[in-house]
Amino acid sequence: MSVPVYGYVALSGLLFLIGAIGVLVRRNVLVILMCVELMLNAANLALLAFGSAHQSLDGQVTVLMVMAVAAAEVAVGLALIVTLFRHQGATDVDEVSLLKG
Amino acid sequence: MFELILFVVFAVVALAAAIGVVAQRNVLYSALLLVLNFICLAALYVLMNAQFVAVAQIIVYAGAVMVLFLFTVMLLPGKRIEVAGRRLPGQTPLAILLALALGAVLLLLLGGSLVALGRPAHPAITVGNVQALAEVLFTRYIWAFEATGVLLLVAVAGVVHLLRSGPRPGAPR
Amino acid sequence: MLQYAWLVLVFPLAGVLINAFFGYRLGRRACGALATVAVALSFLWGVGILAGLLNLPAEAREVHLALWDWIVAADLHVGLSLLVDPLSVVMLLVVTGVGALIHLYSNGYMREDPDYARFFTYLNLFIVGMLLLVLADNFLLLYLGWEAVGLCSYLLIGFWYQKKSAADAGKKAFIVNRVGDFGFALGIMLIFATFGTLGFREVFERAPVTLQAGGAVATAITLLLFTGAIGKSAQIPLYVWLPDAMEGPTPVSALIHAATMVTAGVYMVARTHVLFALAPVSSAVVAAIGTLTAIYAATIALVQTDIKRVLAYSTISQLGYMFLAVGVGAYAAGIFHLTTHAFFKALLFLGAGSVIHALGGEQDMRRMGGLFSKLRVTGITFVVAWLAISGIPPLSGFFSKDEILAAAYHSGNVPLWLIGLITAGLTAFYMSRAVFLTFFGDSRVSHEAAHHLHESPPTMTVPLAVLAVLAAIAGLGASAFNGFLEPVFEGAHAAEAGGLPEAALIALSVLAAVVGIALAWLMYQRRAIAPERIGARVPSLHRLLYNAYYVDYGYQRLVVRPLHALAQWLARSFDLGVIDGIVNGVPALVSGMSRRLRGWQSGYVRRYALSLVFGVVIVTTVALVMVRTI
Repeated sequence: MSVPVYGYVALSGLLFLIGAIGVLVRRNVLVILMCVELMLNAANLALLAFGSAHQSLDGQVTVLMVMAVAAAEVAVGLALIVTLFRHQGATDVDEVSLLKG
Repeated sequence: MFELILFVVFAVVALAAAIGVVAQRNVLYSALLLVLNFICLAALYVLMNAQFVAVAQIIVYAGAVMVLFLFTVMLLPGKRIEVAGRRLPGQTPLAILLALALGAVLLLLLGGSLVALGRPAHPAITVGNVQALAEVLFTRYIWAFEATGVLLLVAVAGVVHLLRSGPRPGAPR
Repeated sequence: MLQYAWLVLVFPLAGVLINAFFGYRLGRRACGALATVAVALSFLWGVGILAGLLNLPAEAREVHLALWDWIVAADLHVGLSLLVDPLSVVMLLVVTGVGALIHLYSNGYMREDPDYARFFTYLNLFIVGMLLLVLADNFLLLYLGWEAVGLCSYLLIGFWYQKKSAADAGKKAFIVNRVGDFGFALGIMLIFATFGTLGFREVFERAPVTLQAGGAVATAITLLLFTGAIGKSAQIPLYVWLPDAMEGPTPVSALIHAATMVTAGVYMVARTHVLFALAPVSSAVVAAIGTLTAIYAATIALVQTDIKRVLAYSTISQLGYMFLAVGVGAYAAGIFHLTTHAFFKALLFLGAGSVIHALGGEQDMRRMGGLFSKLRVTGITFVVAWLAISGIPPLSGFFSKDEILAAAYHSGNVPLWLIGLITAGLTAFYMSRAVFLTFFGDSRVSHEAAHHLHESPPTMTVPLAVLAVLAAIAGLGASAFNGFLEPVFEGAHAAEAGGLPEAALIALSVLAAVVGIALAWLMYQRRAIAPERIGARVPSLHRLLYNAYYVDYGYQRLVVRPLHALAQWLARSFDLGVIDGIVNGVPALVSGMSRRLRGWQSGYVRRYALSLVFGVVIVTTVALVMVRTI
């Protein structure tokens, strides 16, 4: 007996919300980036679930694209974090609030 | 039945790992829990008959991306453990409240149609999953594929530039 | 050949672009030479077009060239299309021919001006605009050229903008022309509303069917068009800008304010003769205003002392002649007079410029005299132009003026003819007065001016000589000219009525000229009748004429001052109160609001992320509500 689609989608939604809470709550930049990855993966899960529900390979292709984009995003994000650390000596986002109005 | 048990096990572990990522104070533990989450997701992908994506998930995410994360964690000599201290009043309760609200709205919005979707059927393919995927990827999605390649190249160039031009650590500002 | 007619526009346009961007880098000589060659090439190309046109049978000499679509909006289709027919070719040749000579002349005249590149850019731009005007195949393109030449006129009158009088004169010309152009624009709109098209061919083909002859619409359209002509061609009551336009450099006065631009009104009336033929009332108005302007300006010219002002009023008067011609239906005669006038009036202006140049800027004829022996070429060519404009046979002015007077006589309107005849005598008189005061008699030149009195350089005298030849012999081609224009003005012949025989009319007009010259000779050469004493006998009349009937004062009092007062009042009450209130109030409101909003901009990324999620919740909730309600 296979698992219904809503099971996967519900799991995806829960993971997404946990990731979102992490982005909002955590102060460490690295963890925030990890939570973003968590959200991306949740989206991937939903894509695959919908793709298989519609018997289509498009979901899988999109997931591959998302992975490539996520890899690029992580590389650039980590480079930014390193640069930020070099300039500010901080990994805490709350210490970087130069745009205060 | 066996499939359902596998799903429940992996889903529970994935959720627990995700909560751990958010709740854990030590960055290193967060990273390792994230790897666990990725592996569980890969297993779920296999359940959905997406073997190639599952392998890519393991190699790209659990392998390459997470190694990169861990290296950065090791490289930065800052505090690995987040110190308690509230700078933004009400941020955490507000965040949880909003997340719950979003979940509720999404459930109301999509719940009915999701149940109607039924169970995932296996795509009607005669060849292997990898071959079928490759056929779609290199025909219909060839431009998106090429664009992704360009994007990766640009990302590499950007990263090299970012890390070359900044001041050395410890250099006078 | 004919399908490449648009090349005449390209040469001066290239001149404009090159001189505008690289003029000063090219240097004075190259810049002037480039501008001159551009116009000369246009002229040569125009000759080619003429040859191409002559090769066609007479009735096929009307070529419409649609280059590309300019405006396509709903029912409005306006093409960038050119019309090549005898009328436009004549105008094309006059504009580029006289234009090229005046460009050449400017090389000498503007030799010491530091702003040479700007000057030649404007001058070439004027040629482009004028060619667009005469070659246009629809009313809107004609209007475009019309406005372009108006702009160049403004720029060139105020060329020496450091001088307040020049800047004011430029503004005056522009504003007075606006009044006329407003009517012109209304006329074009009315044409579009009536015919649904602006193309010449379509409008003229449909006009006899659509418009009722002598009806209100036909009269309204033609009167509105003529309003534009009144402004551009300086007729009563909008002539006031032209005398002031003499503040510009003299070559400009010659090219724009004597030979070409001011005749655009005449050209336009001739071009739309099909419409005017359907509106006899408008034609009568055209003839009446032309005649009135002719004698009115001529009387003012009698007593002016500034040589350029005499020529300016003379131009207004001669333009009145042209309108008299087109008003009585003698279109070919009007265009012929336009052509000969372009030759001799440009020559007069360029001669005057040469005199002014030689005297170091002196324009007052009371401080000239006896210059004939010093300025040989200028003197001889000026005399030729004088005899031509006075109407002495066999010079060109005689033929064209006589044709107009004959047409006026045969139109059955004897008063018009009589006034025209008197004006001819007045013209001969004031031009003779100018010549005698300037070139003959005793020298009244101031000492230092006399010291470096010199003939102008060849770049200035060659155009004078060429124009003198043209002014002398152009009249001999009268019948060929009329025959060439014949197909354009088909069915618009001046009525041939009985009355005095042709020879008597000629004799009368020659007599008028001779009397005028003789009187001036007695008064200013022989001093048999002292002009001062006549002036002293009727001082009020002299003052009236000298001040141009006080029209400028009248305008000042009746129009300018009330408007100025209104503007002042508006500036104080409305501008300071309402406009400035809005202008200052908006930023005050914005800064007050932003001072409050600034608190939200905390600088904390996590706060921004929180508001982002908040936004997502809002959007999904809206989606939910919409899904549920549908």
